[in-house]
Amino acid sequence: MKRYSAFAVAREALTGHRGWERAWRRAQPKARYDVIIVGAGGHGLATAYYLGKRFGITNVAVLEKGWLGGGNTGRNTTIIRSNYLQDPSAAIYEKSRALYETLSQDLNYNVMFSPRGVMMLAQTEHEVRGYRRTAHANALQGVETRFITPAEVKKIVPIIRLEGPRYPVLGALWQARGGTARHDAVAWGYARACSAMGMDIIQQCEVTGIRRDGDRVTGVDTTKGAIACDKLGLVVAGHSGVLAQMAGFRLPIESVALQALVSEPIKPIMDCVVMANTVHGYMSQSDKGEMVIGGGADGYNNYTQRGSFHHVEETVRALIETFPMLSRLKMLRWWGGIVDMTGDRSPILSKTPLQNCFVNCGWGTGGFKAIPGSGWGFAELMAKGHAPLTDSFSLDRFREGRFIDESVAAGVAH
Amino acid sequence: MSTRLATGGRLIDRSRQVSFTFDGTTLRGHPGDTLASALLASGRTLVGRSFKYHRPRGVIASGAEEPNALVGLGQGDRFEPNARATTTELFDGLQAASQNCWPSLDYDVGAVNAALSRFLPAGFYYKMFIHPRAFWKHVYEPFIRHSAGLGRAPAVEARDPDRYEHFHHHTDVLVVGGGVAGLQAAKTAGESGLRVLLVEQTGHWGGRAPVDGGTIDGKTPEDWIGDTLQALDNMPNVTLRLRLQGAGLYDHGYVLGYERLADHAPDAPGPRHRLWRIRAGRIVTATGAIERPLPFAGNDRPGVMLASAVRDYIVNWGVSAGDRLVVVTNNDDAYRTALAHHRAGLTVPAVLDARPEGGGALMAEAQAAGIRVLTGRGIAQVNGTRALTGVEICAQAGEGTPLETIACDAVAMSGGWSPVVHLWSHCGGKLVWDEAAAAFRPDPDRAPIGQDGASNVIAAGAANGQGDLSSILKDAEKAGKTAARDLGGTPSDASAPDAEQPAEAPLAPVWMMPQGAPHALRAKAFLDFQNDVKVSDVHLAAQEGFESVEHTKRYTTLGMATDQGKMSNINGLAVLSRALNAPIPQVGTTTFRPPYTPVSMGAIAGEARGPLFQPIRRTPLHDWHETHGAKWEPVGQWRRPYCYPRAGEDKHAAVAREIDATRGSLGLLDASTLGKIVVKGPDAGRFLDMLYTNMMSTLKPGRCRYGLMCSENGFLIDDGVVARLDDDTFLCHTTTGGADRIHAHMEDWLQTEWWDWKVYTANLTEQFAQIAVVGPNARKLLEKLGGIDVSAETLPFMAFAEGQLAGHPVRVFRISFSGELSYEIAVPAGQARALWDRIVDAGAEWQITPYGTEALHVMRAEKGFIMIGDETDGTVIPQDLGLDWAISKKKDDYLGKRAQARSHMTDPDRWKLVGLKTLDGSVLPDGAYAVTEGTNVNGQRNTEGRVTSSYHSPTLGHGIAMGLAHRGPERMGEVLTFMRDDGKTAIEARIVDPVFFDPEGAKQNV
Ligand SMILES: Cc1cc2nc3c(=O)[nH]c(=O)nc-3n(C[C@H](O)[C@H](O)[C@H](O)COP(=O)(O)OP(=O)(O)OC[C@H]3O[C@@H](n4cnc5c(N)ncnc54)[C@H](O)[C@@H]3O)c2cc1C
Repeated sequence: MKRYSAFAVAREALTGHRGWERAWRRAQPKARYDVIIVGAGGHGLATAYYLGKRFGITNVAVLEKGWLGGGNTGRNTTIIRSNYLQDPSAAIYEKSRALYETLSQDLNYNVMFSPRGVMMLAQTEHEVRGYRRTAHANALQGVETRFITPAEVKKIVPIIRLEGPRYPVLGALWQARGGTARHDAVAWGYARACSAMGMDIIQQCEVTGIRRDGDRVTGVDTTKGAIACDKLGLVVAGHSGVLAQMAGFRLPIESVALQALVSEPIKPIMDCVVMANTVHGYMSQSDKGEMVIGGGADGYNNYTQRGSFHHVEETVRALIETFPMLSRLKMLRWWGGIVDMTGDRSPILSKTPLQNCFVNCGWGTGGFKAIPGSGWGFAELMAKGHAPLTDSFSLDRFREGRFIDESVAAGVAH
Repeated sequence: MSTRLATGGRLIDRSRQVSFTFDGTTLRGHPGDTLASALLASGRTLVGRSFKYHRPRGVIASGAEEPNALVGLGQGDRFEPNARATTTELFDGLQAASQNCWPSLDYDVGAVNAALSRFLPAGFYYKMFIHPRAFWKHVYEPFIRHSAGLGRAPAVEARDPDRYEHFHHHTDVLVVGGGVAGLQAAKTAGESGLRVLLVEQTGHWGGRAPVDGGTIDGKTPEDWIGDTLQALDNMPNVTLRLRLQGAGLYDHGYVLGYERLADHAPDAPGPRHRLWRIRAGRIVTATGAIERPLPFAGNDRPGVMLASAVRDYIVNWGVSAGDRLVVVTNNDDAYRTALAHHRAGLTVPAVLDARPEGGGALMAEAQAAGIRVLTGRGIAQVNGTRALTGVEICAQAGEGTPLETIACDAVAMSGGWSPVVHLWSHCGGKLVWDEAAAAFRPDPDRAPIGQDGASNVIAAGAANGQGDLSSILKDAEKAGKTAARDLGGTPSDASAPDAEQPAEAPLAPVWMMPQGAPHALRAKAFLDFQNDVKVSDVHLAAQEGFESVEHTKRYTTLGMATDQGKMSNINGLAVLSRALNAPIPQVGTTTFRPPYTPVSMGAIAGEARGPLFQPIRRTPLHDWHETHGAKWEPVGQWRRPYCYPRAGEDKHAAVAREIDATRGSLGLLDASTLGKIVVKGPDAGRFLDMLYTNMMSTLKPGRCRYGLMCSENGFLIDDGVVARLDDDTFLCHTTTGGADRIHAHMEDWLQTEWWDWKVYTANLTEQFAQIAVVGPNARKLLEKLGGIDVSAETLPFMAFAEGQLAGHPVRVFRISFSGELSYEIAVPAGQARALWDRIVDAGAEWQITPYGTEALHVMRAEKGFIMIGDETDGTVIPQDLGLDWAISKKKDDYLGKRAQARSHMTDPDRWKLVGLKTLDGSVLPDGAYAVTEGTNVNGQRNTEGRVTSSYHSPTLGHGIAMGLAHRGPERMGEVLTFMRDDGKTAIEARIVDPVFFDPEGAKQNV
């Protein structure tokens, strides 16, 4: 792998950039792999990467039905935070956040992790109590957060209106080292590093069936033929239910469309991420200047990557309430992704009824931030059969009632 | 230099002038001008800077596709960034400012980026700024962010003074686009008698036809348009709207319309923008086509424009792009521009036709007019930086060796036309590649599907890939008929008008000019003008393996500008397909997403802003609270008094006083926000037995029972008192926040699971007010008011009585959330204030004291009563809270029963409800956790409990708290260590009984 650096760019500039190699090889499937990962989203690619990096398992294929990073990984609003309430969540999200801090160097690919701070507004007494509780929990979990006053809120984000006619801002939970990263770069950076380790990332290769022998998986059928494997990891977000059906088991997952929006680019006015859960809207400003806004999830299950317009409406209203100066700005584009929701709004990283088949899904509306941590933990689970970071997220929890409910602290979980 | 011509301009009123400013300079134009035409008329060819390289940019187009001429409009509260000059209609006093340049448009420091452009190819930032790590945060990113954005941001405290509104419209046929195709389709559909809505995004009807010429039914297009409009106007079933854009298409014929009512007339009364939510049975997209630029080196220079735009400016606004215009094309249409320029008395030194054989009749006409036509030729390079001085011409088939320099000050380019397929595609319509036109057009076999399972969108005219006037009109007529027939209408048998236009020779696709351009030229040939994406960038993306069109888009930012690729996408993907050696249809397009052009946030929000953002719900006693100094607390959409501070009192003092007064004598609470749901029917008891953990079917009429509701997963979701009004009628009280949620929960089960049970529910929360009279003197007060026997014998605890209290019809519930003798009086909302006033008067002798939510909370905590949302958070089951007594053991089932039998739910190690009392009497921090030694596998501090509610109790004079602790009730007397939110300082608290006050219940049992 040719290393990226300012020096390399300068050198290439002299020859019209003709020397850059492919970021990842164009791969055709081999007959067999030690591990097959289905789904080249962030989670699938990160899993492959840490399988290689941490456990030396490199005879790996990542199969993608479309183009890598084209699922939710390439559609999300890229908020990264770890101020979660429950211990298992805080552990995996904080691990993830910490990995993001050095990901550009690890991958030799600038993923533009930008710890500009994440602010979650408290606009009811109930929210104040919820966030104070989270701050307490975070202090013991090693997650740096702080409950801040309205005056501090205004200082960090001058465009906020504190005295909204409906819900005044009563304070906020502030995570200074939360932020955003460039979503495509995360997928591309992992893909490039996986490819450099000799792994095959096979795009336009849809898994259409899962081959079994008793309670063991033997391989998969794909649009590029049958491929055998020793272990199988299903990492397909909104399509997890479909893949589980192929494997002959069911998952407690519902798939719904979640939307996001961007405005036209304007000069920088907001330097952190603000989430307003009572009114339901959140926003950050990208390095390009667009206001990046997250919308709501549809109330019915579906696979169309669109979403209903009334969510756009409600989200924009919430934002104008919170940031009235936005009113004359224009929205450029809105879109949807199919998110995989579990009953307790926490992910599933688990063994399955099939011995050598593992599943990583249920990240729902908030799994971008978890990509490195999830890959780290899931790789360990696949390699060793258990992992401290993922054990609490097993499928058993639904049978035992051992939920990890995050909706407790705040309504939204992006 | 561009300028106003002495004559011409069908849209402007030359008899009048309007003045406007650009970057502070006052300029003039005419009514009917767009900002772009007025700027060009004033000789302003340089109007903005590009995003990445800050290259000088001029107007390139004449409509919604314009990527360059974006300005900041207006000032102060009315400032709007990124307004397209081409779609901004001029008015007197308009103020515009150029964007993305500093210190000025002419001398822009950011332009050094252009000099560095070879170091800043597509995706350069992914490869750089990696080391040293700290530099990204402190140096590189601040730098990148500093150069971010295009338009200036509105002022921090800007408050948009304009109004916006939403409009619902139902129609049989919606026709989007008011060009000749749209007019014809609307007319045909209208003649069948169906309701038709025809919308046009600009301020005038007719689209391109008046500019492009030809004849329709022997008339000029202009006359035909006038006649057709007249005919449409005469049809009462047809509605016509200008300045209304079809912005997005959704399922089931739902279309978003974006109407700009006042952008061209800011002083007009009424809303600025209106968002239309249209339901249409059939949608005809007659949205026309957009011309493509040609990729040649220097095609982004100010003065290089789309050929159609050059023609539009001449014909519509009487403005010339320059004096000497070189036309470069791969099709016949651009000859019309050469002819228009020539007819305006200006010079066309040459038409460069990339096709070796050149064109047809229009070429002949140009030649006959004396215009020099060079076939098989293209542009190798453009000379001049800010103002054009000439072009170097070359063989299209070659590598760009200059053959000749032609002096000119403007270039009109045409790379062919792309149908506007956005709306068609928004909701799943598919496209086919039309080899002859080198364009994607709607595939009629894979149209969007409506709710009836049939295709509900019909593309018509140029939007459907039709080229000449005659076939456009035929196609539109067919679309109108199809729409009418689909909806059961009978179209008239009138046929499409006859139209004539010179026949055109086929186009020859040109995706790079010249075909064999070396890197140096490719690196100057722009695809996406705003984002500075060049042909070389797309080549680099392909070379680096970004082979999917989505990857290329994201890697290069092609098509991500504010025009969303209207001008760049087809050229870009053609370049990509060539680089990959794959056919264009195989490479495919990126996804078309709404809106068609950017929509103001104000329009999306509509009226629902400020006080109308969400309704504020008021109880019938709201005004009384307001005049009595209530400090409000938002509780959902309600406002409830938190407390009623008196002069000189702070919140704490007020709360303490309210509690003292209530416990000592008499308190008064507005409990109207509590949910009140009537459940009625022969199966009501059975139904409530399933909803509540308790047995409700055995409750006697006239009695009340405290009940718990759980989710399917066993978690406690609501609680409240249920009263049985008669054999088949129950009144269920819910928490304030629970009213709507629980009602929906009930309906959910009734409608999906137990649809055959005979039960109705009605949410009567707002029909009744509820007034709680609380304290040792409560009974005396009710006796004084008179009308109902409230003696302990007749109305014992957990009973209710119906009757007249002080002349008002009421239901009096003897229930208590404070541990005091307490009555909750339900009264019809309309009589609540009268009764309240009576109570306040009658209570004066006992110093009756209104109290708010905080006193309510403290008093219930003193009594160890749980509060939904405090002690519960969606993870707590009733058994955790010592509420086993409220769970019926006799019932086979209730919601949550099975879930509560799961291993984790019955685990003795669960955290359970306790009272907590700090050793020093202080108040525990709300939400604090109790810690134990060591850490868990993930290095987090081990915990064994948490505080769920915490208050200072004025009754007891010390802090009291409730909490959940590991095996709590088994550990009475033990001391737990809680942490403050700094994670370091500890506070110790003893586990005690959660009932702090009057554990025997003596105060209530009187
Ligand atoms: C609008 C929106 C906003 C969001 N905002 C945030 C946010 O701000 N912060 C945050 O942390 N998270 C956010 N999320 C959530 C986040 O995007 C996802 O949780 C995360 O990207 C999931 O990554 P993934 O790799 O699991 O799934 P994906 O990226 O969806 O990858 C799954 C892949 O599997 C492939 N696949 C499916 N079926 C098959 C098959 N049969 N064969 C082969 N391949 C298959 C798909 O094509 C896809 O590429 C948001 C999501 C959306 C939609």
